Amino acid sequence: MRSVSIIGVGLTKFGEHWETSFRELIAEAAGKAIADAKVEGKDVQAIFGGCMASGRLIGQEHIGALIADQLGMTPVPSTRLEAACASGGVALRAGIMAVASGTYDVVAVGGVEKMTEVSTEEAATALGGAGDQEWELFNGATFPALYALMARRHMLEYGTTEEQLAACAVKNHANAANNEYAQFHREITVEDVMDSGYIATPLKLLDCSPLTDGAATVILCSSDKAKKFCEAPVEIISSVQASDSLALSQRSTLTAMRATQEAAKLAYAQAKITPKDVDFAEVHDCFTIAEVLAIEDLGFFPKGKGGKAAQDGETALNAKVSINTSGGLKGKGHPVGATGVAQAVEATLQLQQRAGKRQVSNAELGLTHNVGGSGATCTIHVYKRL
Amino acid sequence: MKNATPLIWRNSADRYNLLGSHCATCGTDYFPERVVCPKCRRKGKIEPKQMPPEGKIYSFTQVHAAPTGFEHETPYYIAIIELANGVKVLTQLVDSPDEKIKIGATARMCFRRVFEEGDEGIIAYGFKFKVV
Repeated sequence: MRSVSIIGVGLTKFGEHWETSFRELIAEAAGKAIADAKVEGKDVQAIFGGCMASGRLIGQEHIGALIADQLGMTPVPSTRLEAACASGGVALRAGIMAVASGTYDVVAVGGVEKMTEVSTEEAATALGGAGDQEWELFNGATFPALYALMARRHMLEYGTTEEQLAACAVKNHANAANNEYAQFHREITVEDVMDSGYIATPLKLLDCSPLTDGAATVILCSSDKAKKFCEAPVEIISSVQASDSLALSQRSTLTAMRATQEAAKLAYAQAKITPKDVDFAEVHDCFTIAEVLAIEDLGFFPKGKGGKAAQDGETALNAKVSINTSGGLKGKGHPVGATGVAQAVEATLQLQQRAGKRQVSNAELGLTHNVGGSGATCTIHVYKRL
Repeated sequence: MKNATPLIWRNSADRYNLLGSHCATCGTDYFPERVVCPKCRRKGKIEPKQMPPEGKIYSFTQVHAAPTGFEHETPYYIAIIELANGVKVLTQLVDSPDEKIKIGATARMCFRRVFEEGDEGIIAYGFKFKVV
């Protein structure tokens, strides 16, 4: 298999885009990435797009063709991939495999979601489809409720506190304040989180990522040709994916995500690194408890110590390991299908020293971690400069 | 949830009776029912099995922001119950005073209305649990 690199990235601002359509978001992110990569539209041989719930959220399916059409790229093949909130991650992986296999030299990978065209209740119901519709949603479970069940167990087994969970949101808002593309630019305090009202106990409003509109694109190229287009390509040295049961109640534990643990093992072996080598990581913090589970399951901190690590500042910018420098899903926003691709954008900006005020000093090795549902799909990618 | 008539209809026996599956090859119980035993796959022999109606609260949450169809019930409790045979079930917890809802508390299945599709739509019934 050939080595694959990122040669260009593009993002829309994340937030509520009432004035901008789904197709305009795609065109903006893709246009920026193509310009950044210094490729011509005709150089792009295939398109892979991650999108979770456009059918429920805007009534539009057949996104693959829509993307190719809007970018003026017909007749190149264009395919949508769906794995709930990991749709972007699996699209990225599909693009990587298509280039690694030698089928294509240059492909575009996009991710998009438009979530504010329906009411909050309808959006929550659509997102619920990431869980088990027949046996979780049917009984009145919501996504915050599923993560709350994990949080409650983690608190019981390891003594994790609501304040420790809050520390993840506080840190991610602080990082987002330095990200022009982020949905939120307002720093918050632990007290703000504690006073924000319960959504599903013990999780409060500010433990939860928001509903977001946005799109992200990366241009992939075989590493042997990457420097023809880009001065500083970013090589993807590991791309892995793992699955687990769809329903939370079927898992062997609620205090770890087995899909993350299995994917991490594979990713570190493929990249020939250990967790200690990672300088920064974008992890899937759809809820604060998800960030705690992620930093434990990825091996950055021992099981049960993630909450304390967050509270002690060990995950802040340039601390022991910089977690969610972009602001994460909590601060940057979470347009679900775009998230996995947006994480790759942040990894690229960090390794190319383009991250501005949130730049990780001496960033050599980055990791992105994208989860679908309550942990049923996980993708992990590892990046370094080519 | 809308237009869920086939979904409500086809699983009614399982939902009313907490009917799951048992693999005669490896002896594992499952709820909800499965067609294939994930441990034995083609060597598995799946047969229907009644789950024990009692178990202990494994984790719980009180939901304040409900999805479509459950708005009028907030706040309500969702729990995972570990049944006496070790199988875990996600359910609503009802008719239980707040102070009795704790991890480890014993809960028993009861038959309840789960949701309804508007004023004239079908009513979905099924299991909920209450602390005993």
